[in-house]
Amino acid sequence: MPMAHSHVRPKITLDMKMAWRNVWRNPRRTWLTVSAICFACVVLIFMLSFQFGSYETMINSSIKINTGHLQVLARGYFDEKSIRKVVENPDPVKELIAGMDLVEAVTVRANAFSLVSSQKRTYGAMVVGVDPVLEPRVSRLKELIRSGEFLPDTPESGGPDAEPDPALVGALLARNLKVRVGDELTVLGQGRDGSVAAAILTVCGIYESGMDEFDRNTLHIPIKTFQSVYSMGPAVHEIIVNVNSLTDVPAVKKNIINRVNHLPAGEGLVVMDWDELVPGLTQSIRIDLVMGMIFWLLLVIVVAFSILNTFLMAVFERTREFGVMMAIGTTPQRLVKLLLYESGLMTVVGVCMGIVIGCGVTWVFQVYGIDMSGSSEILEQYGMSGRIYPRLSPVTALAGPLLVWIITLAVALYPALKIKGMKPVEAMTHI
Amino acid sequence: MYSYKRNEMPIVEVRGVNKVYQQGDIRIFALKDVDITFDSGSFAAIAGPSGSGKTTLLNIVGGLDLPDTGEVIVDGRNFGEMSQGQLAQLRLNRIGFVFQSYNLIPVLSALENVEYVMLLQGVGKSERRERAMAMLEEVGLGDKYNNRPAELSGGQQQRVAVARSIVSDPAIVLADEPTANLDSKTGEGLLRIMAGMNEKRKVTFIFSTHDTMVMDYAHRLVNLRDGRVADDQIK
Ligand SMILES: Nc1ncnc2c1ncn2[C@@H]1O[C@H](COP(=O)(O)OP(=O)(O)O)[C@@H](O)[C@H]1O
Ligand SMILES: [Mg+2]
Repeated sequence: MPMAHSHVRPKITLDMKMAWRNVWRNPRRTWLTVSAICFACVVLIFMLSFQFGSYETMINSSIKINTGHLQVLARGYFDEKSIRKVVENPDPVKELIAGMDLVEAVTVRANAFSLVSSQKRTYGAMVVGVDPVLEPRVSRLKELIRSGEFLPDTPESGGPDAEPDPALVGALLARNLKVRVGDELTVLGQGRDGSVAAAILTVCGIYESGMDEFDRNTLHIPIKTFQSVYSMGPAVHEIIVNVNSLTDVPAVKKNIINRVNHLPAGEGLVVMDWDELVPGLTQSIRIDLVMGMIFWLLLVIVVAFSILNTFLMAVFERTREFGVMMAIGTTPQRLVKLLLYESGLMTVVGVCMGIVIGCGVTWVFQVYGIDMSGSSEILEQYGMSGRIYPRLSPVTALAGPLLVWIITLAVALYPALKIKGMKPVEAMTHI
Repeated sequence: MYSYKRNEMPIVEVRGVNKVYQQGDIRIFALKDVDITFDSGSFAAIAGPSGSGKTTLLNIVGGLDLPDTGEVIVDGRNFGEMSQGQLAQLRLNRIGFVFQSYNLIPVLSALENVEYVMLLQGVGKSERRERAMAMLEEVGLGDKYNNRPAELSGGQQQRVAVARSIVSDPAIVLADEPTANLDSKTGEGLLRIMAGMNEKRKVTFIFSTHDTMVMDYAHRLVNLRDGRVADDQIK
C-alpha cells in the first residue's frame, strides 16, 4: 500500500516492508518469540494487579479493623499509651471534622490495659471503649461478630440493680478465658486519676477478625461505660476518622491539622494517618513489593535470554545476506535499523497481545476474586484471609509491558551491533 | 559526469599488492606483488585454479578488502586514503558486484532487488521503478519482476544480480565466478548478456572464472597462479 508521502521518504517504506517480511520468514520462531514476550507481559500485569489488589485489601482491613484512616490523639499518647494522655474535650473536634469535605465517618475510642477475669482464668487485655452507634460506620467490628450481638445502641448504665454492662470479646480471648455469650467477666485496671477501676461485664458478643493479635488481646465496651469505669469524664484517647478513599487521606489530614489547632479544645492534639499508625503494614507491603520485583526481574531475564537466543539465531543464519547487502553499499547503520525494526515489530505484536490478554485475564479475576483462605499467616495478620481481588489500573497494566519492551529492545541491540561490527567479506564467507 | 577516453587512463590500477592470510601457524600468500591495470570499458577475465587468489583480487579491487601492501586506485580514487564509509559510498555509486551465489535479498522481489541499490543512492521512487523494470527486461526477465529469488532458477537469479549490478550506472562491475553454479548453456546466456552490456554501455567488466567457455568471451585474460600474475594476454 503505497502512501501519499512515500515520495518524500521512500527509504522508510521499503525498510519497513523488508523488516515485516523478514519477521515472517520463519513464522514458527517468530510466534515463539512473540509468545514469550506476550507471556511475560500477561504474568507481570496479573502479578502487579494482584499485588496492588492485596495491598489494598491489607490496608483496608487493617484500617477497617484497627486504625481508621486518620486519628486525632493527644501528643505523646501514641508512643506512651498512657491513660492520662487524653483528648479532654472531644465533641467540638469531632463535630468540626464530621463537617469536613471527604470525611465519611468520625467516632471516638478510649483504651486501657486491664486484667480481665472469668471465673476460671485471668488474662491481660486491652479494654477499648467504643461508640455503639458510630463504631460500625468506621470499623468492621460489628460485621466480625461470630456469636451473640453487637453492643446495644443505648446501654442503660448506672443503677445498683441494673444488669452488668455489655462487652464484646475477641474469639481467642474468649477461648482463653473459657467464656461464652451471657457469661460474666470482671475487669480490673487503673483509672485516669490513678484510682482502681473495676467493673463487672456481661459478654454480649464474640468477634473474630482473623488477625490473631486483635482477637487475643482486645475487649470492647461502650464508651460511656469506659468513661465511668476509668474515671475519664468526657475525655477519650482517639478520634477516629474515615475518609472516602485512601487517596483522600493526605488532603483531609492537612485540613484537620490546619483547623483543629484553632479550636480551644484542639490544644495539644496531633493527627496521624494509617501509615504512621501501623508502620508494620507499609513495611510488609514494601518487602512484598521488593520480593515481587525480584521475581519479575528473574522472569524478564529468563524471557530476555530466550529472546536473545532466537534473535541471535535469526541474525547469524542471515550473516551472508548481510555481507552481500553491505558489499553492495548498505551502511551498517541501515542494517542495524533494519534489525531493530524487525525485533521492534515482534515486540510491538507481543506486547500488545500481552496487554490485551493480561488485562482480560486480570479483569476476570478482578470480578470473581481469588480465594486466599489458607494463605500464609503473615497475610492473615493483616486480614487477608478471604477473597483477594486484583486491582487493574493504568500502572499495573503498563508497568510490566514497559519493562518487557525496554529489555527486549536492549536484547535486540546486541546481535544488531554484532553484525554492525562485521566486515562485508567476513560476513559473506560466514557459513 | 565521468567520461573516459579509452586506453588513456586506466579505471583500475593495482600496484605492488600483497595480501597474506594467517591461518594458525601458516601464512598463506593469497596475492604476491600483483601489478595490473584495467582500462575503462574492458571485458576482462581473471582465470586460475581454485585458491589462486581470484576472489582476493576482486575483493581488493572492489574495496571490500584492503591489501597488506601496495596501492589500489579505482575510478581515480586511492583506496589507501579513504575511510570505510567513503569506500562503502564508492562501492555503492561506482562499483557493481555479482557474486557466485546468494546475491539477492530473499525477501525482495526481482524488481525490488534491482531497485534496492538505487534506493540506497536516494533515487526517487518512480524513476527507480522505471529503470529497474527496463533493466529486468534487458536481461530477459520482464515477466518475472514480481517473483522472489526463491521462485527463480539459478540462472535467472544471476541475471537479476547482473541487472542490479549495472542499473546504478557503475564504472566497473566485478563478478566473482558468476557462472560457477550454472550449467554451461545458462552460463553462456549470462555471459552474452554481460558482453552485451559491456558493448552497449561501455561498462568495465572484470570477472573471475575457471571455465574455458567464459574465458573465450573475454577480451583479455589474466592468469593467476599462487597469487601471482602468471600470464596476461589481450585477445
Ligand atoms: N579469510 C581467509 N583466511 C585465510 N585464508 C584465506 C582467506 N581467504 C582466502 N584465503 C586463502 O587465500 C588463497 C586465495 O584464496 P581465493 O582468493 O579465495 O582464491 P580463489 O578465489 O582463486 O579460489 C587461498 O589459499 C585461500 O585458502
Ligand atoms: Mg574464489
